[in-house]
Amino acid sequence: MVLQNCSLEVPEGAITCIIGLSGAGKSTILRLLDGLLLPNSGHVYLRENDICHMRESQLIEMRTKIGFAFQFAALFDSMTVGDNVSLPLREHTTLSEKEIYAIVMHTLESVGLSHTYDNMPSELSGGMLKRAGFARAVVTNPELVLYDEPTTGVDPIVTHLLTDTIKRLRKQLNATAVVISHDLQSIYMMADYVAMLFEGAIIANGTVDEVRKSTNPIVQQFLQGSEVGPIPL
Amino acid sequence: MAQVLREVEESPTAQAVERVSVGALASVGRKVSDMLEYAGGLTMLMWETVKTIFRLRIRFAETLNQCYLLGYQSLIIVLLTSLFTGMVFSLESAVQAVQYGFGSFVGGIVSYTVVRELGPMLSAVVVAGRACAAIAAELGSMEVTEQIEALKSLGLAPVRFLVVPRLLALMIMLPLLTVFADVIGVYGGQWIAHAQAHIGTEDFMASARQTVGFEDVVKGLFKALVFAVIIVMIGSYQGLTTKGGAAGVGKSATSAVVTCIILIFILNFVMSYFLYAGA
Repeated sequence: MVLQNCSLEVPEGAITCIIGLSGAGKSTILRLLDGLLLPNSGHVYLRENDICHMRESQLIEMRTKIGFAFQFAALFDSMTVGDNVSLPLREHTTLSEKEIYAIVMHTLESVGLSHTYDNMPSELSGGMLKRAGFARAVVTNPELVLYDEPTTGVDPIVTHLLTDTIKRLRKQLNATAVVISHDLQSIYMMADYVAMLFEGAIIANGTVDEVRKSTNPIVQQFLQGSEVGPIPL
Repeated sequence: MAQVLREVEESPTAQAVERVSVGALASVGRKVSDMLEYAGGLTMLMWETVKTIFRLRIRFAETLNQCYLLGYQSLIIVLLTSLFTGMVFSLESAVQAVQYGFGSFVGGIVSYTVVRELGPMLSAVVVAGRACAAIAAELGSMEVTEQIEALKSLGLAPVRFLVVPRLLALMIMLPLLTVFADVIGVYGGQWIAHAQAHIGTEDFMASARQTVGFEDVVKGLFKALVFAVIIVMIGSYQGLTTKGGAAGVGKSATSAVVTCIILIFILNFVMSYFLYAGA
């Protein structure tokens, strides 16, 4: 059992960051929100709709309103970057190729990758791959964007760039964003709300300041990155 | 008596035997459970695939691409395998047949065997070695790099996107490859029969025409169709259920080919039994 007694409300139109130890179940929460996993018990609501009782066709329809940026981008390696970003538009809209090209170029420009349209994913650096993944996640103007560890494994400059991109995309799309991250500096830069997951449950939830001032010793040990405290190593 | 029995039961040897027996039973139970899970998962995947095909949700461009990758690229290896099999079959039978006065039957024997059994089965085994491993490895690496999840998150069904084009492509290409294999196998056999046993081309072909009917060719192609389904479904299922990174991908590809080839041999027997038993 990964999550137990886990209750979390994500405010609309804000960036909510979920923090926690490795293996705590943060990515599981994202997959539950996207309907990629269904809970053994409990409910997941997207607005007033319970994902757990949706049919496959309803889940597919729902997913077109959600963007998912994966930890390692998960671009399809048999397609160019342009085709990767175009795919949801080609499959879910009746737009012409010309219109799709214009939208895709605009989206790639917004993440600073318009020059990579014809490149294969294997030709991109780690940071560029992540931004291409962001572009694919937001190209359909989703209402909710999920980012799975967007700054893991990149240098501090790219981390700053990615954090800035997430903030900018949220404003452009006016969408809700849920970000899984370990990078506290990046979280303090972009988050409106922070939730901490520990042993399958949310133990702190609030604005960045509220969580930073939390008196919970587990939260404090995690934020300070200390080896001493109640978290078992 | 009861005391003796208790002592025997409590002896270290009896306890060791019990541990081994329980372990063996548990192992058999696990294997049966795994097999049932595999069969159930494969059936579900086939059902999803059939539903998608009947809803006509087909990606034609990708199907054509897969025809090239899975079918056309297997052509040379299928032709070579079939040519040499036909030749060796003729080599083994032609000289002896002539010695015993059955030279006029060699064409029939070679073509009968090639069209009914060797053509469909060898083509399927060769394509299984190439295409089944390729499908399992490609889908497996997509699974471990989250590309399958990415497809789902984009509202796209992996079955429609990945499995259906491969299935349709091989259902078209494997029977075609089998036709080529039949033709080249018979011609290879005819060439060796002529070179080694001096059996004339016309005698060989007349015997082949007398022995093999159109029905035999159709039954051979039906076998190829069934083998195509087996190759794609096993490869896809193994790929989509891959776990454990690069090692898992290798394991999936190997396991897919082994399972596939075993099933091809078993199903070939079953189909031959039902298709030709009355003949």
